[in-house]
Amino acid sequence: MSVLTALIEGVLLGGYYAMIACGLSFMFGVMKIINLAHGSLAIVAAFGLWIIADRFEYDPFLALIVVLPAMGCIGWLLQRGILERSARSGELIPILSTFGLAIVLENVLFECFGADIRSLAPYVGSLAYDSFDLGGGSYIGKLAVLTFVVAILLLGGLQLFLTYTPLGRQIRATAEDPDTVELVGVNSRFVNAVAASIALITVGLAGLFLALRTNFDPYSGSLQLIFGFEAGVIGGTGSLWGTLAGGIILGLAQTLGAHIHPQGFLLAGHGVFLLVLVGRIYISGPALHGFLKSKFGGGA
Amino acid sequence: MSLLSINALDIRHGLLQAVREVSFQVEQGETVALIGANGAGKTTLLRGIAGAHRPAHGQIRLDGVDITRMPAYQRVGMGIALVPEGRRLFAAMTVEENLQIARASGRKGEWTADRVMETFPMLKARRNARCGTLSGGEQQATAIGRALMTNPRLLLLDEVSLGLSPLAVNLVYKSVESLIASGATILLVEQDLNRALKVANRVMCMLEGRIVVEGNAGTLTREQITDAYFGHQKRARAE
Repeated sequence: MSVLTALIEGVLLGGYYAMIACGLSFMFGVMKIINLAHGSLAIVAAFGLWIIADRFEYDPFLALIVVLPAMGCIGWLLQRGILERSARSGELIPILSTFGLAIVLENVLFECFGADIRSLAPYVGSLAYDSFDLGGGSYIGKLAVLTFVVAILLLGGLQLFLTYTPLGRQIRATAEDPDTVELVGVNSRFVNAVAASIALITVGLAGLFLALRTNFDPYSGSLQLIFGFEAGVIGGTGSLWGTLAGGIILGLAQTLGAHIHPQGFLLAGHGVFLLVLVGRIYISGPALHGFLKSKFGGGA
Repeated sequence: MSLLSINALDIRHGLLQAVREVSFQVEQGETVALIGANGAGKTTLLRGIAGAHRPAHGQIRLDGVDITRMPAYQRVGMGIALVPEGRRLFAAMTVEENLQIARASGRKGEWTADRVMETFPMLKARRNARCGTLSGGEQQATAIGRALMTNPRLLLLDEVSLGLSPLAVNLVYKSVESLIASGATILLVEQDLNRALKVANRVMCMLEGRIVVEGNAGTLTREQITDAYFGHQKRARAE
């Protein structure tokens, strides 16, 4: 594999990570909630698609017609039932409750489906292993290209939605000041529930591509959560274009790491993530110091 | 029937009772100024009317309809708009976006972004600038414009002159006066007594959560108001 192919593959893989991170970043940006059940919810969507493909023999892409609205409903219920209530009790409680939710979801899935490893790849014909010939013995996977294109459409579409539609404006304003937005006639509870639904629809899409490109089992969510997190943090949480850039940086680091050494894949990804994190802290040093001081008292 | 009718309103912040048994009416087309020292309960009263604080007791009626338990965003749809203390604009959004967001309630009326620009000409050049980059006067104009975009029947102005240069205060009040001339109903909190007496038909002075003096702007003397402001009457009674 030449370095050029590795670069292209890294960028395409980045599209996948950006898709995973999209919902996470959107939820953090809008509702200031870190959803630790993000990965598990993607696995829930993957199982939903798998059931429809396996039992009813529908194409997984067609199954999205059922699964995406279902994920939207789950988002609505998640916001109204768990996040909204827990957010009233402070900043930490929503994180803990989504962590609890992740554990519940994983074990419910385990009860229902057992520990077998599944994949959607067998249900989409040859898409999972078809590739484009770049010449010179280089190939890139069709699925990877499709994932990248969908990720760009998804993130770009969401960004346009947030920028130009009245509902998008309301979502941004609610993110900035949920109290004041009520005073100009916006129902912030409704807006937050819509935003949670949108976030979970993106999670549904991420679940499809996750299940197409790899195997999954009930406990696969946490690794996806880590990749989503890394992409989101590298790109700067809350910004959708930043998330895409973060995904691509992570994908490039992993692919180039693997190019250098077979075990370099995860190592390089985590390494870049840590570098960015340390760099951020270093650059925003005084600001972070002030933040810590305000959180943990003036003694520091 | 009065446009706004407040009856025995109590509002609490936890154990602190900020507004105590306040009752008053505001008629259509009237401009009422609310004055009083810091902590007298003026801002809490306005926020209570707008729906940002739920009262512990009492009633708020708009045109006879009891809105005491109605959430804030629905009150905007009924025609109440608050320009909050400190402006509270969406700083990351542009002037235009701040104005458009106020169309959420869908209340019909004559206010458009273009008309806001005519009322506040200083905003014309800054229409697509982020609110965080505006001067204090421009921000206040945007905040008033945003409230007007909801086509209110009752406009609540909370210390619109706070933190502005004297020049900017004049500009903002010029616009407020033109609103008053156009027949708007306004309840405003103002620290500057002269300005309050100049723009308002009626003045109410609050002390420790109660309205202690109320009267027409023309007939109340400055002494009556300052006595009420500093609580002299109360002390006189105690002695």
